[in-house]
Amino acid sequence: MISEPFSSGSTLFHCSDARVKVIGGTVLSLVLATTTSFAVAMIGFLFTSLLLLISRPSPGLILKRIATVNIFTLFLLFSLPLTYGGADIVQLQYFQISLDGMRIACLIAIKTNGILFCFLALLATSSTVSLGHALERLRLPRKLVFLLLFSYRQLFVIHQEYLRLHRAAQLRAFTPSNSLHTYRTYSHLFGMTLVKSWNRAERVHQAMILRGFDGRLIPLKQPQLRKSDYLLLASLLLISLILAGFSLNNPV
Amino acid sequence: MHISEGILSTPVLAGSAVLTVMGTAVGLKKLDYDRIMTVSLLSATFFVASLIHVPIGPGSVHLLLGGLLGLILGWGAFPAIIVALFLQAIFFQYGGIIVLGANGLNIAGPAVLCGLLLHPMLLGTRKQQMTAGFLAGFCSMFFSALLMAGALFLSDQGFLKVASLILASHFPVMIVEGLITMFVVTFLVRVQPEILSLTTSPQ
Repeated sequence: MISEPFSSGSTLFHCSDARVKVIGGTVLSLVLATTTSFAVAMIGFLFTSLLLLISRPSPGLILKRIATVNIFTLFLLFSLPLTYGGADIVQLQYFQISLDGMRIACLIAIKTNGILFCFLALLATSSTVSLGHALERLRLPRKLVFLLLFSYRQLFVIHQEYLRLHRAAQLRAFTPSNSLHTYRTYSHLFGMTLVKSWNRAERVHQAMILRGFDGRLIPLKQPQLRKSDYLLLASLLLISLILAGFSLNNPV
Repeated sequence: MHISEGILSTPVLAGSAVLTVMGTAVGLKKLDYDRIMTVSLLSATFFVASLIHVPIGPGSVHLLLGGLLGLILGWGAFPAIIVALFLQAIFFQYGGIIVLGANGLNIAGPAVLCGLLLHPMLLGTRKQQMTAGFLAGFCSMFFSALLMAGALFLSDQGFLKVASLILASHFPVMIVEGLITMFVVTFLVRVQPEILSLTTSPQ
């Protein structure tokens, strides 16, 4: 159920250094997130679509992800034209459609998907572990990276624990409904999961101390930046710079 | 509960990112390596909570339980929630990197605040414990929804109606969060009170 389906592959992005992808992806997303220009958002969207195509994700899965994220975009597309107000109003039978609202909703839809594609192409093509180590080498606080790597490590275990308890409840004919009993049962399931993970933390901590843990996690692979990594970083930053410059000159 | 990328305006993104960085810094500072394992495990548990769907009316919602995490970890809940949100962005593309500051502030801010303010009530009678539990769940969700609506409104005044719609639609969720947090708190008090720092842990 929890997995990183896009992180395995052999395309350009899968082989690139995670640090390059983190920096390039963040800068490009930042430009897209802050722009108010339709043209810049559109060009950015087309560019990140190209990136996504290069990363060759499995089509079914990627469409599903894109659909999930776009539920909120759809909500905005329907609600903003009706509620936004503004000067440009078109009367359509009983409804007043705000053109400003329509414009904003479309801009948001393009930006949201542009940034999503950028994320899927650049960051989702790395495993969480390599992202974590990349963040550490980019000077993020060591404790934060440790939290990230360790929660990631324990995530699956805790989810399994929860599922086991849930299965046990189902075997005892528990069927969820709108009742206090249901809420209490879920609370106890979750409370028990908490208790188990609390005690597991204690054991893991003791085991780590025994093995001489000093707060550092040392990755087995220490990737070196290659020429292609520098090239990728330079082109991502260049595109971001051009888009940012264009965005500053054309605010609408 | 997550705001997607591309919606908020630049000042809102920047402001919330600064506050989130500050909150995370305080949380990390208060966290020593003896507790870090516990916080990572609870961060993972918080992530798992978001996979639990409970029925509400004809549909279902997933749990958030930020208030509970605040009660257990205090300031430590801030980095724990940020990490869980980052993992959600990676796994499910909920939220994202640029908007992580805003989502982090919306969820972790109220969680830490409610946790810190309500924790003293846990030392009282059973009734007070239940009230603290309910309020932690209800209020943290309420303020999260309020901050979310506020972030939308500050980004663009035209979002006013949509923002109030979002706020209103979260009311049933607040009640469910309150009830679940209350039951979990009473459960923990009975089963392992040291999780809520009510007794010193046997070390």
